[in-house]
This record gives sequence, structure tokens and C-alpha cells, in this order.
Amino acid sequence: MSVLKFASTDQPGRNGLLALVKAKTGQDVLACYQCGKCSAGCPLSSAMDLAPHQVLRAVQLGQRDLVFQSSAIWLCVTCQTCYTRCPQEVDLPKVMDALRSQAIQEKIRPAERTVKVFHDVFLGLVERFGRLYEVGLIGGYNLLARQPLASADLGLPMLTRGKLELIPRRVKDREQIRAIFKRAAELELEEITGQSVAAAPPASVPS
Amino acid sequence: MSTYAYYPGCSLHGTAKEYDRSARLVCQALGLELREVEDWNCCGASSAHMVSHWLALSLPARNLQPVEKMGLETMTVPCAACYARLKDVSCELKDPEVRAKIGRVLGDQVTGRVTVEPLIGTLTTQEILDKAASLIVKPLTGLKVATYYGCLLTRPPKVAQFDDPENPQSMDRLLRTLGSEVVEWYFKTECCGASLPVARTDIVLDLSRKLLAAAKKAGAEAIVTACPMCHSNLDSRQGEIRGRYGDDFKMPIFFFTELLGLALGYPARELLIANHLTDALSLLQGRGLA
Amino acid sequence: MPRIGVFVCHCGSNIAATVDCAGVAEATRGFPGVVHAADFKYLCAETGQNLIRDAIAEHRLNRVVVASCSPRMHEPTFRKAVAQAGLNPYLMEMANIREHCSWVHADRQVATAKATEIIRMVVAKVARNEPLTAKQVGLTKRLLVIGGGIAGIQAALDVANAGYQVTLVERTPTIGGKMAMLDKTFPTLDCSACILTPRMVELSQHPNIELRTYAEVLSVKGFVGNFEVEILQKARKVNHLTCTGCGTCWQKCPEKNVPSEFDVGMGRRTASYIPFPQAVPNKPVSDTANCRSVRHLAAKERGEKLMECRVCEKLCPTKSIDWEQKDEIIVDRFGAIIVANGYDTFDHSVYGEYGYGKYPDVITGLQLERLMNASGPTKGEVVRPSDGKHPHSVVFLACVGSRDDKVGRPYCSKICCMYTAKHALMLKEHDPNIQTYVFYLDIRAAGRGYEEFVRRVQEEYGSTYIRGRVSWIYPQDGKLIIKGEDTLLGRPVEVEADLVVLATGITAASGAVDLMQTIGISYDTYGFINEMHPKLRPVETNTDGVYLAGCASGPKDIPDSVSQASAAAVKVCGLFSQDYLTTDPMTSVVDQMKCVGCFLCEEVCPFRAVERETLRGGKVVARINESVCKGCGLCVAACRGEALNLKGFTDQQLLAQVTALLRA
Repeated sequence: MSVLKFASTDQPGRNGLLALVKAKTGQDVLACYQCGKCSAGCPLSSAMDLAPHQVLRAVQLGQRDLVFQSSAIWLCVTCQTCYTRCPQEVDLPKVMDALRSQAIQEKIRPAERTVKVFHDVFLGLVERFGRLYEVGLIGGYNLLARQPLASADLGLPMLTRGKLELIPRRVKDREQIRAIFKRAAELELEEITGQSVAAAPPASVPS
Repeated sequence: MSTYAYYPGCSLHGTAKEYDRSARLVCQALGLELREVEDWNCCGASSAHMVSHWLALSLPARNLQPVEKMGLETMTVPCAACYARLKDVSCELKDPEVRAKIGRVLGDQVTGRVTVEPLIGTLTTQEILDKAASLIVKPLTGLKVATYYGCLLTRPPKVAQFDDPENPQSMDRLLRTLGSEVVEWYFKTECCGASLPVARTDIVLDLSRKLLAAAKKAGAEAIVTACPMCHSNLDSRQGEIRGRYGDDFKMPIFFFTELLGLALGYPARELLIANHLTDALSLLQGRGLA
Repeated sequence: MPRIGVFVCHCGSNIAATVDCAGVAEATRGFPGVVHAADFKYLCAETGQNLIRDAIAEHRLNRVVVASCSPRMHEPTFRKAVAQAGLNPYLMEMANIREHCSWVHADRQVATAKATEIIRMVVAKVARNEPLTAKQVGLTKRLLVIGGGIAGIQAALDVANAGYQVTLVERTPTIGGKMAMLDKTFPTLDCSACILTPRMVELSQHPNIELRTYAEVLSVKGFVGNFEVEILQKARKVNHLTCTGCGTCWQKCPEKNVPSEFDVGMGRRTASYIPFPQAVPNKPVSDTANCRSVRHLAAKERGEKLMECRVCEKLCPTKSIDWEQKDEIIVDRFGAIIVANGYDTFDHSVYGEYGYGKYPDVITGLQLERLMNASGPTKGEVVRPSDGKHPHSVVFLACVGSRDDKVGRPYCSKICCMYTAKHALMLKEHDPNIQTYVFYLDIRAAGRGYEEFVRRVQEEYGSTYIRGRVSWIYPQDGKLIIKGEDTLLGRPVEVEADLVVLATGITAASGAVDLMQTIGISYDTYGFINEMHPKLRPVETNTDGVYLAGCASGPKDIPDSVSQASAAAVKVCGLFSQDYLTTDPMTSVVDQMKCVGCFLCEEVCPFRAVERETLRGGKVVARINESVCKGCGLCVAACRGEALNLKGFTDQQLLAQVTALLRA
């Protein structure tokens, strides 16, 4: 395990990670006093490399690599158990969301590649159709995750029970959906860089 | 007759068709008119907020706009995951700055005046419970069920503003009204693994197995849910759990609307209960409920 | 003609770092009436005071302005200094150029200019100061102690032993408080009753102490040295003058199923009862909510039927049962009050993740004390409330209702680390086969022998300490599953327990806020009393003559509570050693010519200092009782006819200050 080194000019709490989380979530991670109640109740913590309270600790100490390369930020399913019970009322699921989206922005290789692939495929379908297309989700995921047979044994019984639709259902105003994806991404980027990315959008979008 | 905007969400048009069907039937029977939100889109589910804050707020926000145009005030949401997203954005919209930004992303004004509630909440007011009690055709007498609320209906309490996050009671009250016996167990709001089943099946199998084992130990013959994600994890993964751990639970998993539908006299066939991957019909037939 | 001297203090670098003190002194020389100005490093030092005294003589000063810190710090010092030089002390004014200027500014130029302006205003004011003379009032040398826990007992005994009369009011039927409920005390493991009960007996037999148990303070009027207090003596339905405490009534009482407050619900008591065998007084009260005879009589009045009981009445050998006894209000006078109203433990039923207080085998530390105590409900056997079986695995949770913002208790309760360690040790002494686990956040063991004690519990008594807060407790197969995290390992932990003990924190005693309001003292958001000064006046409240002791002002252990009680007692003795009290002459005064008798002043006065006086000719006007008036100025602001003025802060003085600033 590597040593956390602090040079005489370092300011661990001010290297931007705490401020970044604060800006993205409004959460003051310094409020966390490391009681571990979040990790104690987390259904996923035994599968994580960093327990949830350790993620917050790493943020407190400005350890970007530790945080962004952790599996924890990808395994969190935002079940809200931690936040519901946190004595300091730190919205940890929100913090996890912020760290994850930052890791994506910074193009850091996700420790849980398959989880990232799943969400990418999911959102790709929503961007395209406006709604989820479950057959497309499984197919797309299997292709990208290089797991051609994942969930295949479920596919047939689901199909025969009418649980899967072969044809995707679509939103009528798909252009607005695509615009939403585009402008949300712009706003996201704008908040990170502090600069306007796109000109002001039209007041209404033609349907 | 009260009228609600109804946001089915993607699952209810796919893997959880039986939830959609049973929800519509029981609402009709109880005198609630459901009007589907026009041209609704996916709320972003558990994926959007993983990636982008503003996408996670804007996708559900787009579904609130048509409700006002439909002249309705309240939206009822059967899916717990969709409810969490929609309720979250309806809270966030109270902040004018956030409202402006969401408006910018949508390319349209959004007011946030729509009240969002979960279908389980809509169907468990005292008024509805009384009405249901008066309409029971086939009481679920003797059916021992464990109520499973999952993560997102009640949490985080500041946003969800529904029932109790540690020991919720609404579904219990409904099922007792229908005559069934609600077993005491402590996993009502423990997580089933949510959206991980595809990418990390191993974790979901482990979590779902713990829930199934606890319900069985508590003496439940079936688990009742109010969330298509919970239903899918618990219902469709029992075969894999058997394969991996050797536990053969054969535990039927119901949507609460299915049991409500049965009690109100709808046949199991019409409620699409046969759609379940874990056999639920045998239990019902044994009790003369199907 | 005013001859004013201005003295500017550097306060080391506190002022001088941001204010050019010599420059300020120079600038003030030109202010109207100023005949002398000087600056000095520490005016509060003896040399500084001499500087002022010498200047008064040398320059024939008749007014002095000291520009330094807040008058809260050194007003008495400088008043005394000018008085020694023969000046009326109220002809000295302080200009606060530290808290109001140097500490809150960084720019030297701006701060220097502001300091000059502050002094300009005070110079204008002091020129209009009049000599004032303090008055003297008599005092009642009797102390009221509220609360009969260890703090109240200690304070009462100390003051009584100094020869003063003391009345102790306790709302429960016995004194002893929480300490009487404890089995042992940390870290010495003294038997709590063995060290407490001698004090209780001493108190009850003390010739200078009047003990009023089952009584509450209803109202407090008056002021330091002269409080008038209404005390409610609740009806006991037993005549304590004739009762011998023989025990027949409580042994024979047929109503045996009342949850015992003293045993924190772990045991049952009768309706006629003494809370515990060594209770003081050792005479019973009949709890009217549960007594069958009382309920019968009440039902009869309502015209309903209920079975008659009267067992105690029939069996009492001294005929001491008195159904006619009513609540009684006693009015008494005291010179001082010590508030020692104690604490309650946090109600853990708000924690859903710990079962909302509904799991029988999840108990509190105080309940465990009762189970371990030889005179407790189980005669000292530690058993599970659910099935009476002996536990093997016992899990302790620290910080329940402490350090938890979510439940509104962000503070540390101070005693739980230690009492939990004590419990873990004692359980092992009770049964060497018991395994204990302690989930903690940090160990706070600051105190003589405390840290050593906690180490001993882990090293010698084998208690397993796990650093982390527990997230969830749920029952399974007759046991409890505890889900925590070992934050040191970063691994989830699951412990199977037979019994869970919650170290519930300290909260203000029930009714604390009402009591503080009744007395008129300030308290914080949690209902704890605010001390006059947290460092230097820790046992005084913001009301003269009212003192505090023990957990009334926040979590404390026994030694701290006792120390505070003795400290408060010394304050009271100091007060009572005087025959007269000097009152602050800065009070309101009525110009009876201008007063129209509207008595708006009477309405707004928080101290009831406004009296009515009928002048010759029948006109009714206001008069200020100067020994009651605190000089708050509310009446002055309320008076429409400008008939009221505040000595030392007259309208003319204040107007001069403002004018000086505006004209500059």
C-alpha cells in the first residue's frame, strides 16, 4: 500500500476535491467524522474496495486517485440507507453521484467496467428512443461487456411470458429528448469549467 | 371520482406488465381514474444520476410538464424507482435557480407545481382502505405474506416523504385489510441490489437470497412488493440462486396490486400473474384464490 | 467645567497591532473638554492604573475616559482606580476600541480613524456624566436548592454546614437522583449507594436543612438577596408527621404492577411506595394515578362505581393515611437559589434502526445498572427482559443520542464512554463467561484514572472494542443481530447478541426549560443553563443570586457535579457573608412632574421594578424600586412622555454621543 505523503506546501483539504464535491452537491464532506454507520448499513460495502466512509475520508484528504479509481463509486446503488441514518446528515449517495460523474468527465478508467457499460447502454437507448428498450439493453450490454450469454437463460422465459417487447417503444418528441441529453452535458461541463459552452437555447423546441 | 396523472414508467410496459395491468384494474374498481401522462419518457432510472446531475433532473422533469397541461395536480407512480426520481426533481424544482437550469435543459418552462406520490400511497389512504374493505370478494384469509418496500419508496425520508424509512406500515395495513396475515420481519427496506443485476449478477443474487431466506424464516408464503426492480430481482433470480447456492425458495413474489386485484375478484389470468418467473399460481390455487 | 483625561491602552498588541494608539491619543487632545491624553501598553496593570491616578491629581481631572477593552472585562478595575484617586467612579467611561475596533478590522488606517471616533463619542458622553452613589439593601440569608441529586445534596450540605438555613426542593418522593440508581461508580468501582446514602441521611437530619420532597417550584419573584418563591407540595396522601415508615402500607398495597421509575421500567412497584429501600425520607407517598383508593374516591365524585380498596388505611398502625390531603402551595423567602435540576437520559425510541425502543432485549445503560444492583428488580442478576435468561454475548453501543446531529444532539455526553467501560467490566465480574463488545466512535476518558480504566477493561477483562457506529439491529432466532463496521479494518461486522445495551446520552431534565423560565435564567437550545461565563464564572447564571450545579448546565460526571456544587455553595456563602447588598446605581428614574401615569413602563418591565405612588392631589405616578431595577432601559424606551431616564445613560448623554459623531 502506498504512503500518503504531504509535502510542506500541501493543503490536503484544499486541493479542490472537497470544493468540487461541495460545488456539485452542496455537501460539506468535512462534516463526516468517520463513525462508519454508512458502511455498517451499506448492502454493497463488502463488495467495495473502499468502504463508503473511506471514500469520504479520501475526499477529506484530497486523494483523487484513491477515489476515482475505486470500485465503490461504481457499486453504490444509491439505496439511501447511509444518508437516512447518517448522524451528520451527509448525503453520501449524492457525493457518490458527483464523484462518478467527475470520474467520467476526467475519462478515468472505471474500476467496475461492466457497471459503466450497463449505464452507458441504458442511457444510449433512452437518448435514442426516449424510453428503455429492454431487449436492446441486454443485447447492447452483452456486446459491449463482451459477455455474449449474460442473462440469456432469463431471456427465453421472459419472452414467452410477454415480459420482453421485441420492438422498442418510442417517445414522439425524440428531438427534445436528444436536446435534453445535449444541453445537460453542456451544463455539466459548464459547471466544471465555469464557462458557458453553448449559446442560450431557444425558448421552445419545435416538436 | 378522483383523477390522477399516471406515470407507468418503462418497466411497466416491459418486464412488469402485470404491475401495470393490475394497477389499472384495481384503480378502476376503487373509483380512481388514471390518465397516462402524455408522451412520457424514461425518468433516467438508476443510470442518469450515475452520469450526469442535470440529466438526472431534466429527464424526470419533462414528465411533469404534461401533467399540468392535462389539468391535473397529482401524479401517481407505481414504480418505486421512478417515484424516487420524480419526487426528487419535484423537490429540487422548489429552488428557483435549479428550476431555471432545468428549464434551460428542457428548452421549456417548468413550474414544479405537480404533486408526486407513489401508487402504494394513493391506494392506502384510510378512505381507499375502507372502500377496498367494502369491495372485497375473495378475502386473502390465511395467506401469510412478507411486505417488502425496498429502498426508494421511503428513502431518503426528506425527499420521499412517505411512510417510515425503518418500519413502513402502509402496505401492511392494506394487506391486513384484505385479510392476509402480515408476518413480522425486519428486511422491509433492505436493498435487493437495485440496478446491478445485469452488470454484477453475483451481488444481486447474494442480496436477494438473504431477503428470500429472511422472509421464509419469518414464515412468509409470499413476498409483496411495490417496485418492479425489486420484483424482478426477487422473482426472476430464484433459479440462479438455486444454481449457485442450492437454496430452492419457490417463493412467489407479488405486486401489491395483484393481491388487491385478487381480493377484489379479478381472476389471476386477467391480472397476468402467470407472467411471473417463479410460480405464483400454485399457491393461489391451493388457497382457492386463482 | 469638565476636565477630561483620555487614556488609550495598547493591550499588548491586541489593539496596538491595528490601531496607532499614540496617534489616537494625540488626536483626542483636541476634543472638547480634554485636558490630558496618554497611551500605555497595559492600562489594567498596576503601573497603568497608577498612570491614571497620577494624572487625575496632576491635571485635576474630573472625568476620565479609558479607551481599551469591553467594559465587561475591566470596568470594575478602572472604576476602582479613579475612586482611589478621589473621583466618583461613575465619572469614568470606557471606550471599547478592542472588541469593537482592533479585533474586527485589518486596515490600520481605518481602524485608527474608527478608534478616534469611538473615543470622540465617549468624551462627549462623559462630559455629561453625573456622580452616582450605590445604595444598600438587606438580604435574607436562606438558600433554596432545586433538585435533590448529588449536586443538590452537596450544595445544601456545604451551605448548611457554614451555618445558613437551606431548603431543598425535590420533585420525586426521594432525594438521591440518578446517582442513587447506579450500582457502582467509575473508575474506582465504589458502591454508589455506599457513598451516597450517608450524605442523604446527613442531609435529612441536618438542623439547618428543610427537606421538601414531592415538591416543585411554581414561581420566583424578587431579586438577589430577596427572592419570593412559591413551592407546590404535592399531596402524598400520607401524613409524614405521624408516619413512622414501618412499611406496612407498601407491603400490603394490592396494586403491585406499576412500572417503577426508579428501576427505569425494569421492575414493578406498588401504588403506595418508597422508590428504593434507602429512600430519604423513608416514608411513602401514594401515587394518585394508580392508587385504587384515590381512584375509587375520584370515581365516586363522578358518580361512577369502582371497587373500594383502603387496605393501607385499615392496616396503618399510626393512622397516617389521609385521603383528604391536598396539594399545598407554600410561599417562602430566600436570598439565593442553586439550580441543580439534573438530567434525563436520551429517549432512544427515535432510532428506527435500533427498533424504535420496542425490542425488549435492547436496554439502556441505566436499566442495566438496575439489573446489576443487588437491591434492583432482579436482585442483581443480569437477565434478558424478554425471557429471563442469562445473556452470553452483550453488545454496547456508545453515543446513542450523543454526537448525533440528526436527532438534535450534536454534543458529547461525556460520561457514556466511562460508564460503558464500567458496565463491560462489571458484567465480566458478574459472569466470567460473558463476552462483551463495545461499538464506539472515540474513547473520551479524560479524568484521573479514566484512560487506565478503559485500557484495563480491554486488556484484562477482554472486552472487544470495535470502532464504528452500528447501523442496524434486528431480531433473529431469539437473538439480536448487530450490523456495524470496524472502521479500523474497513470491514463490515455482524455480531449476534443476547442483550444490547445503549449508552444513551444526557439531555436536559424534563421540564428544564419551564423551570428556567420560571426562575428567569437563560438556557441554550438543549435546555441547559448558560453560565455567566463559561470559563471564569461557571457556577453563576445571568441572574444575580441564582447559581447552578451539576448537569443543569450540561453533561458532567459525579466528581464534576460535586465540585460545581461546592463551588456554588462558596458563592452563596460569600453572598450571605454580607449584611447588605450594594446595588448598581445605574437605574431608571421617574420625573414625576412629567409622568402621566399610563404605566406602560410597568407592563414592559421584566423585573417588576415599577411601583405606583399616589402624589398629594391624588395623581398616581410611577416610581422605580431601585433595588429591583436592573437598568435595562426598556421603560425608558417605552415612556411616551419622556418621564423616564436611565442614570448613566440619560437621553442627554446618548444624544451628545450621536451628535459628536455626526458633527465630526
